Amino acid sequence: MSDIKKAFENGKALIPFVTAGDPDLAVTQKLLIEMSKCGADIIEIGIPFSDPIAEGVAIQEADLRSLAAGTTTDKIFNAVKEVRSDIKCALAIMTYMNPIFVYGTDKFMSKCSECGISAVIVPDTPFEEKSELSVACDKYGIELISMISPTSNDRIKMISKEAQGFVYCISSTEASAKAVDIGKTVSLVKSVNDIPCAIDFDISTAQQAKEMAQSADGIIVSSAIVKIVAKYGKDCIAPVCDYVKSMKEAIS
Amino acid sequence: MSKGKFGIHGGQFVPETLMNTINEFEEAYNHYKNDPEFVSELDTLMREYAGRPSRLYYAEKMTKDLGGAKIYLKREDLNHTGSHKLNNCLGQCLLAKKMGKTRVIAETGAGQHGVATATVAALLGLECEIFMGKEDTIRQALNVYRMKLLGAKVNAVETGTMTLKDAVNEAMREWTNRVSDTHYVLGSVMGPHPFPTVVRDFQSVIGKEIKAQLMEKEGKLPDVVMACVGGGSNAMGAFYEFIKDESVALIGCEAAGLGVDNPKNAATIANGTLGIFHGMKSYFCQNEYGQIAPVYSISAGLDYPGIGPEHANLSDTGRATYVPVTDEEAVSAFEYLSKTEGIIPAIESSHAVAHCIKIAPTMDKDKIIVVNLSGRGDKDVAAIARYRGEDIYE
Repeated sequence: MSDIKKAFENGKALIPFVTAGDPDLAVTQKLLIEMSKCGADIIEIGIPFSDPIAEGVAIQEADLRSLAAGTTTDKIFNAVKEVRSDIKCALAIMTYMNPIFVYGTDKFMSKCSECGISAVIVPDTPFEEKSELSVACDKYGIELISMISPTSNDRIKMISKEAQGFVYCISSTEASAKAVDIGKTVSLVKSVNDIPCAIDFDISTAQQAKEMAQSADGIIVSSAIVKIVAKYGKDCIAPVCDYVKSMKEAIS
Repeated sequence: MSKGKFGIHGGQFVPETLMNTINEFEEAYNHYKNDPEFVSELDTLMREYAGRPSRLYYAEKMTKDLGGAKIYLKREDLNHTGSHKLNNCLGQCLLAKKMGKTRVIAETGAGQHGVATATVAALLGLECEIFMGKEDTIRQALNVYRMKLLGAKVNAVETGTMTLKDAVNEAMREWTNRVSDTHYVLGSVMGPHPFPTVVRDFQSVIGKEIKAQLMEKEGKLPDVVMACVGGGSNAMGAFYEFIKDESVALIGCEAAGLGVDNPKNAATIANGTLGIFHGMKSYFCQNEYGQIAPVYSISAGLDYPGIGPEHANLSDTGRATYVPVTDEEAVSAFEYLSKTEGIIPAIESSHAVAHCIKIAPTMDKDKIIVVNLSGRGDKDVAAIARYRGEDIYE
């Protein structure tokens, strides 16, 4: 069983996101270690991109802060590798197509494998373009995570059939995040592929997490943690851990 | 399966949220482009509203002054709203309306595409919202007010470099957030499929007219067709009809800002490398880690770090060549054409005029150059004055 699938064996999975290098990579290293102890089942490590078109303001700003601090893809890989043995959960990289492509897709996936990263999430690479990544992913055993959105409709089955690791369900500000809709989407996914579904509906409170987790296998917490890091800077470890703990408790 | 490829370039690198919407847009386009009613409606708008066909003007004084090839100017600056941008906006907004959309959004650099979109939205009764980098709202303040007059809401984008690429980012985010009633009127031959094809087709009227008009005036094909290139819509529109005519040299003029060796430039073919951004595989100005470079040009409309995928392919195959033109050369050409022909060109188009000034004297007198004069320069007068050290207010 893959590390990603295993992460869903421990009850509902908690999947926090953190922008690497914000405020610096030493803090990111500590966050990875501590979040894994506080209940994170998979951590999404965001490689910052100059133009993250699928992100809201909080993550856009975190990306720019990180890049301004001199973060590069190589420095991120090195930082993860250094502390990988102390991180007690699965890791996934989230970034855009260009940082991967320009780095060299093959070299990128080889580095992921070397650093104990199990999956990649690339929001600007839809089903039709996934061959741009899948060859190198398969070669190094990196799972390519598929996304579905409230506008996916007739595409859900097509995407789910070939999905790996887990299916990443995103929200849309237009669509209502009603549990019933999520439940319907999740069952549609599962009708073609026995794969965990995690949802990213801009979840920030424990109450939301609890409600959302009822209809899925895991929840993704993206901007909420980035906002805590922005607020506390280098002193963010304790407040982030408290937050991660409370979220894991809420969904357990 | 990846769609919309030009050689290795193009594709549809967008968030999943947009895929059904752009697929619907593609289907609608494929249907309506052959629908006689749509074609005739668009044709009427192009003639009666935009003022097409635009003139192909023989620049006799300029030709004599430079002493070489015969120079024709394709007067897209004479279109309603003052640039070629209207061609695409009429097509896309009409299509959006047929698709049942009630709202259009668009990015803009110099403001020409924003003004054109706001204009057509007013005409067709569509709600309109424009995204423009804050830096550009300052450089092109007059166009901001113009868009507001036309009933559009203008959002000053304060992220990143606050220029055209950031306006595209923000327009894409807005579209992702609100797809059901909104069409994104992308202004250039860039972005995800089908935009590069759709925009090219709506702009290809330029090249078709050039060919027919020159055939009437000279009885032959031009030797060179040249145009400025940011994303590349006016150039693609001028080039497309001539791609199969191998004797016609196609030259795109990129914004080299302070020079191709200076970091402050936007010359994508000269300095860019292969990447995947804004929905397409193409060339981009970027660093070794794929971070998009903060490009610069005096021209807000060419101040973009990428180029449309079909241009990237025309460059790869050698069918078209792309040359860098600096701010200084463009400003001199702006002044030259104003004084020589009494035509004030947009600073964007001045990049093509500048290259024409360079090569016309080196060519024989029986050769013909067509310069696509993509827009008029009224919007740039204050900026050029400031460039020349005259502190005037708009």
